[in-house]
Order: sequence, then structure tokens, then C-alpha cells
Amino acid sequence: VSDRIKNPWGERTPHPAASSWLERVDLQLASGVSEHDVRWIQSACVLCSNGCALDIGVLDGRIVGVRGRGVDRVNHGRLGPKGLFGWQANNATDRLTRPFVRRDGELRETDWDTAMGAVATRARELLDSIGPGAIGFYSSGQLFLEDYYTLALVARGGIGTHHLDGNTRLCTATAGQALKETFGSDGQPASYGDVEHCDTLFHVGINVAETQTVLWMRMLDRLHGPDRPRLVVIDPRTTYAAREADVHLPIRNGTNVALLNALIHELIANDWVDRDWVNAHTVGFDALAQTVASTSPEWAAEICRVPAAPIREAAQILGEAELLLSFVLQGVYQSHGATAAACQVNNINLLRGMIGRPGAGVLQMNGQPTAQNTRETGCNGDLPGFRNWQNDEHVRELAELWNVDELQIPHWGPPTHAMEIFRYAEQGSIKLLWIIGTNPAVSLPDLQRIRRILARDELLVVVSDAFLTETGAFADVVLPAALWGEKTGTFTNADRTVHLSERAVEPPGEARPDMEILLDFAERLGLRDKNGRPLVKWRTPEECFEAWKECSRGRPCDYSGLSYEKLRGGSGIQWPCTDEAPDGTERLYTDGVFVTFPERCEDYGHELVTGATFTEAEFKAMGANGRAILRPATYTPPHEEPSDEYPFVLNTGRTVYHFHTRTKTGRAAELRAAAPDAWVELAPSDAERIGVQEGDRVRVETPRGAIEADARVTGIREGVVFVPFHYGYWDTDEPEGPDGRPRAANELTMTIWDPVSKQPVFKTAAARVVKR
Amino acid sequence: VKLGLALERLLSGEQRLARDYRAVAERRRDDHDVHHECSSFARQCEAHAEALRPHIRRYAKGASVDAPGPAIPEPGGLELLDDLRSLFLAAEGVSILWMMAGQAAQAARDRELLDVVRSCHSETELQVKWLVARIKVAAPQALVAT
Repeated sequence: VSDRIKNPWGERTPHPAASSWLERVDLQLASGVSEHDVRWIQSACVLCSNGCALDIGVLDGRIVGVRGRGVDRVNHGRLGPKGLFGWQANNATDRLTRPFVRRDGELRETDWDTAMGAVATRARELLDSIGPGAIGFYSSGQLFLEDYYTLALVARGGIGTHHLDGNTRLCTATAGQALKETFGSDGQPASYGDVEHCDTLFHVGINVAETQTVLWMRMLDRLHGPDRPRLVVIDPRTTYAAREADVHLPIRNGTNVALLNALIHELIANDWVDRDWVNAHTVGFDALAQTVASTSPEWAAEICRVPAAPIREAAQILGEAELLLSFVLQGVYQSHGATAAACQVNNINLLRGMIGRPGAGVLQMNGQPTAQNTRETGCNGDLPGFRNWQNDEHVRELAELWNVDELQIPHWGPPTHAMEIFRYAEQGSIKLLWIIGTNPAVSLPDLQRIRRILARDELLVVVSDAFLTETGAFADVVLPAALWGEKTGTFTNADRTVHLSERAVEPPGEARPDMEILLDFAERLGLRDKNGRPLVKWRTPEECFEAWKECSRGRPCDYSGLSYEKLRGGSGIQWPCTDEAPDGTERLYTDGVFVTFPERCEDYGHELVTGATFTEAEFKAMGANGRAILRPATYTPPHEEPSDEYPFVLNTGRTVYHFHTRTKTGRAAELRAAAPDAWVELAPSDAERIGVQEGDRVRVETPRGAIEADARVTGIREGVVFVPFHYGYWDTDEPEGPDGRPRAANELTMTIWDPVSKQPVFKTAAARVVKR
Repeated sequence: VKLGLALERLLSGEQRLARDYRAVAERRRDDHDVHHECSSFARQCEAHAEALRPHIRRYAKGASVDAPGPAIPEPGGLELLDDLRSLFLAAEGVSILWMMAGQAAQAARDRELLDVVRSCHSETELQVKWLVARIKVAAPQALVAT
């Protein structure tokens, strides 16, 4: 059992290129339980964006284990350590089982009627006195599609507020945005099956061995098999993938755009460009070539602090690849120049004509398990069905579908992003903030500021969650929510695979599924359509899924050919799934035709450095019309650079054993024991200079705040200090939280976001480290 | 030739705009994107001024400038909108001056100046675009929900 803690990836099953990935069924059961005693209920894992299919083992009405589904295309039976052990959180003794309402400064247990009555009454008062702009919603990356679509309808169509975003803004906003900028719409071009075919893997800021363990198993089985693909890794840390790489470029944080521009410079200078394909299928080559004309490897070497020679070597590997598969994640999305850099990775694949074929493509990965669904359903700063807020026809379609007036659906600008929602709450114009299944008091940047906002007297904070989190402690109303395994619904992983997850057990106590909570709210608020009928027409998850199919019909994320019945029994299915493609679609853009038609695209795009929005007229003037857009970006330095006072660059990130703020993984004994506390990673030379040895307690400080944790001396690059962001205060011995021993990485981070995707920057801040 | 005068006016326009951006960046520290974007626009304006300076020397006949800059708005309930609107007006003014300088540079067959105008003017136009987009986002909440 604990071997999967020591070796999170398990045994290798190597295989040659273009042969299928072998099945290996991973199983974990509570001690004393046999595989044959339990009832198995179909589901998938919700502890990262990989979306591994599994069955939930049930005995006497309790979850007692999980087993990977060998039949599924995503994992072929495998599970990672979080999936194997994380289910135990459902059985935790500190689950929320009753609603709470704050009275006289204390959270007091109450009944649903009282709690929901308080929320609905205040919402109604605000709607009548100020209007929808006073109400905001901040949701999660772990709800089900049905929860999200109901939320999108209630917030955008019912209340009519523009302020609906999720913590997926912190993990996946740049992925979606980069796809919109380059291809005209969100939608993952490639597929996990491409790992079996590629001859070159390109990892840009993705610590896949820790973030998507099962995807890394898939890559390892190629890397350790015959026909080994070559591997180029860009990462300031010596990650597991970096150790397997042919070329590892440990660049200084915040310099992705400079390095990628140098790689593009080399591709063009050496004519490693598929000119015919580029001419036929892209626009913008000349502007891109002009932008990278002077960005030589020597130029980038100065900025990125890696030698020019390995940059050239990496460019050659990319330039000579015949099947190039690129992966991007938080090292890009949460860093400086996020969308600009993510688009340059798209550009590299486009210049090489490496898209839409087996083994050739881009995976702009997601962070959280159901992040994809927030983007599809319109909960992550988009309109549902990848509709374009600047396109009146798209808004009209939505209004017709929901039977509401077009003006009811806010579309005067891009939906308010998370950091702006908190800004409005800080200024007092948002007066009711409903936080669903997420923990901003640990996960947002500059926590002192976030705590100050959540504590405002004028702000009614509603929190629905399965546990009383650090955020819940600031709530005025707490609503107990059902977890995965306690409700039925669907969700979609980073390669567009849709899975059905059935209810295996009853929620504890009075906990309810999020969709039911929202239905109750809509009813109490009396939300109606144009004909005075109830706005939300569904009562069950399956009815909601059927409504969603209609919303997605004809759009790039087309679910119309799917049903619960079809998702039962076999493998998950990739959208678009339609009458014409009833088995789903493995990869997009196989014909080299993209979604850049003005009437169809999800976004008219942005200038990547400032984030200035293009209009319909400007988009039309580019004349893309089905061709992909090569968007250039010049390098600009990060907003906060190291100084004499703060000489380190702060990097924050993840460990393989935990997910998000550990509300679930911190309640699984094996995972908790594997990584019980925060730590601070330093390079050997830096550690020596400040007189710190492995295990010494150190203090990391930035202009925002400080944390204290034990040092680990690792292969991180000199001048960079790394802190995992999972650790808050709920399980410490110091109830005063940050006033005792501060340890949340976001005590340190700064309030700034990417100008295009609005994803906060967690990977560049200036810091100092001192020994305690 | 009045080109010297036009360029001096452009120079002081950029300098004033840089000051305005800096002032807004300082005042709007809590609107974090505005703070950072205006800081980098200020640096951009200063770079524009530097790029212009050698050309002014070539055309300068000691003509001095100039009209006072846009007034710094009084603080109030809609301060952010006021700030962004003032910056927009100032940046638009600078943008037109770049356009004029570009036309004149063509007439003067001054290729070097033309190169400076081309690279700087497109950046000023982007500043204007960003300001418009930011005002569009800020206006509904400031004007309706407060």
C-alpha cells in the first residue's frame, strides 16, 4: 500500500510507439475489506484534471475503496496516489452535516429553511435596492457539470449578475484563453492517446509527474520503452520530468516569453518551418517573424539565465521532431506573461504544422478536475457553450434557450474575473458573495488582504462546502454540501473526456448536492423566465444534462450525442459527440480548419502584452476565417524583480500528495503522513550562503507577509525559493492561524494577474529568506 | 519648417502623459492591474520621449511650448473612472501628435524619424485601446452598482 506513496507511479508497462497503452488496474480498499464484498459504482477521480475513471467501492452504505477502470481511455485502470487514498475524506468525522448562520459573532447550527431564507432574503433586498451588480459568485473546479450549468443559469440568466467566476481562474483561465487567442475557441486540440504516437515531448512549465501522475505514467511507459521519444523540459526546478529530459532548461521564473521567442527565432532562422502548411492554415507569420527577429538564443540566455547552447539544442529537437506533442501548465499559466507564453507554445506547433494528427498537437492542460466544465458552462468568465460575449447573435441564442430577455444576460464586457470580484467586495459594491466549494482564504494571493475583505461587516459571505474551511470561518452562512460519490453528475477532463459519476452513498446528515442548493435558492428568489414560468426547468442531474446538451448543440463543445445511458458501462467519451460523431472525437482540427470565423469564434482576441481587447471589426480585418492565428508577444520583465532587500524569486506550487488546499487530501491518513507540513526549497549554494541546512526552520518574507517552515535543500536553481501552496491553518495546533506560525504560501504572493487571461501570478515575487 | 515645434509638443505630451500615468499608478495602488499597467505605460512614454529627443535637436529652432496638461481629477466616488478618462484624453492627444509627426516626417523624407514614429505610435494606440477596454469594464459597476 505505502509503496504507492514511495513510488507514486507504480510499475512500468513499457510499449513501442503506436501500440496501445497496456491495462493495469490499480485497487485500494480499506483494510479488512475484500474486492468481492463490495458493490462497485461507476465514477471518475476528482483530484486532478486527468480525470481517471474508477469505480467506487461501497459496503454497508459507506465508501470503502476505489478501483481503476481498465476499460477507460484516460487511465487504462491506473490511479495516482491522490485517487487511491483521497476518497477517505468522504468518511471524515468533521464533515459539515448541518447549516450554520452567524449570530452575535458566532456560527450557530441551524436548519436549511433558516439558512437559505437568510441568503434569499438578503439577495432579494439587494436586487430590489441596488440591482444584480451587488451579488457575486465564486465557485470551484470540483463541482459537476450539472452544478455549474445550473449556477450559470441562476447567476447570469436569473439574477443577471456579471460577477460569476471560479477558482478555476487560478488554474485554467490561461489554458482557455490561449486556445481562444490561437484557434478562435476553447477546446483541447490534442488527446492523451497522442502520447502513444509522438516522437518528441515538449514540457513547458508542467510538473506532470506530480500534478497528473497517471499522465506521467503514460509518458514514462514511452520514455522507458522502445522508440523512446525525446523530451525537452522548461522548468526552474529539477522535476522528475526534468531528470528524464534530453534537454532541461532551468530558466529564471517569469521569463517564459523570452525563452519561447528564442526557440521560435531558431525555428525560423533554420527554416524548421512547414511553410506550405503555415501559408495555408495560419495568419500572422510576418508579424511573428518580425517580433522574434532579434530574439536570439544569446539574447534569451541573458534574460533567462541559461546558456545559449542548450537553447539551440532544444530548438533543434523541436525543429527536427516529426511528431511533436507539447504540454503547458502552471509554470506558464501562473507566471508572468502567461497567455503570451502559452500562445507561443501554440505557435511552435503551428510553425511546424504539428497539430490535428496522431502524435502531433498541443495540450494546454487544466489544473482542477472539472475546470473544463466551468469553461464550457460559463462559470469561468465565459458565456455557456463557448459563446462570445461580443457577439450579439450568440447572446440572442442563449436568451432564447433560457427564455429570458437578452438584456438580462450581462454582456457589456467580459464577465468579471475573480480578482475583480474581490476588488468590488473590497470597495463595497459587491455586498453578497457566495463562495462554493473553494477556499480563497488560502488559495488567493496576498492573504492578509483577502482575509480583510472576507471579514468586512458590510459583506454577506455565504459558503457552501463539505468542511468548515479557513474561508468558512469568515462566513455568515455555511451550507453543508455533498461530495463526489454522494451525488450523480458528469465531468470532463483536460482532454475533453466526459465521465459519468454515479451516487454511491447518501450525503452525511443534511448535506445536499450543490445543484439542489441552487435550485432551492432559485425557487426562494422566485426566478422566472419571460413567460413567468420557473427559470430553471430541471429537477434532476440527468434533466440538467439534457438541457446542457441543447445549450452545447452546434458549438465546439457539442455534447448533443451523449447521454447518461451512453456513458454507463464503458469508457469515457470525448466531445464533440454528435449524431455525426457518435463515438466522440479524439482530436480537433484534423482538417486544419480552426474556429476563427467571426460568426463562430468564442473571442475576438487580445493584444497579448497589454491585454487590450480587439473588436469584431479588428478581428475581421485579420481575415483568419478558419486559419489559426500566430499571435506574437514581446518579452517584458516581471512586475516585481529581486532587489538587495528581497534577493530571491519566490516560486509556489504543488506536491504529488496533495490537492488544492488539502481539504480532502489532508483528511486521508496516507497522504497527510506523506506530506504533513509546508517546506521551503533552496538551492545548495543559497542555503550555504545564508547558513541553512536541511531541516532548519526558515522564515520567508516578501513586502506582503511572511511564512515559516523547514528548509529542504534541492536541485532548484540558484536565487529561486519554492514554497508549496497547499497548506493553510485548519489542521494546525495554532488556532490563531497566521498570527501563530504563518505557513500559507499566499501570505507572500502579490496581487497581480495576467492582462489577458486575468489569471493571478503566483510564480514571480521578490522574497528574502532568513534562518530562524 | 514647423516640424520642430510639432515634435517638441509631442515630446512634452509624452512627458506629461508619463507623469499622468505615474500619478494614476500611485493613486490606484489598490486597483492592481491599473497600477501595474500604468507604471509600464509611463516607462513606455519616457522611452518614446527619449527616442524623439535626438530628432528634436535636429529640427529645434528654440521654439518653446506649451499649454498646461490635463487637470488631475479631484478624488470622489468615481475616481478610478475619472483617472482612466483623463488618461484616455491625454493619450488620444499624444496619439494624434504622433500621427501629425508621421505625416510631416513623410513630407520631410526623414526615414529615421519615420521609424521612430511607426514604433512609438502603435504603442500609444495600444495604450488607448487598453484604456478604452478598462473603462468599459469599470463603468457599469461604478455607475450602476454603487
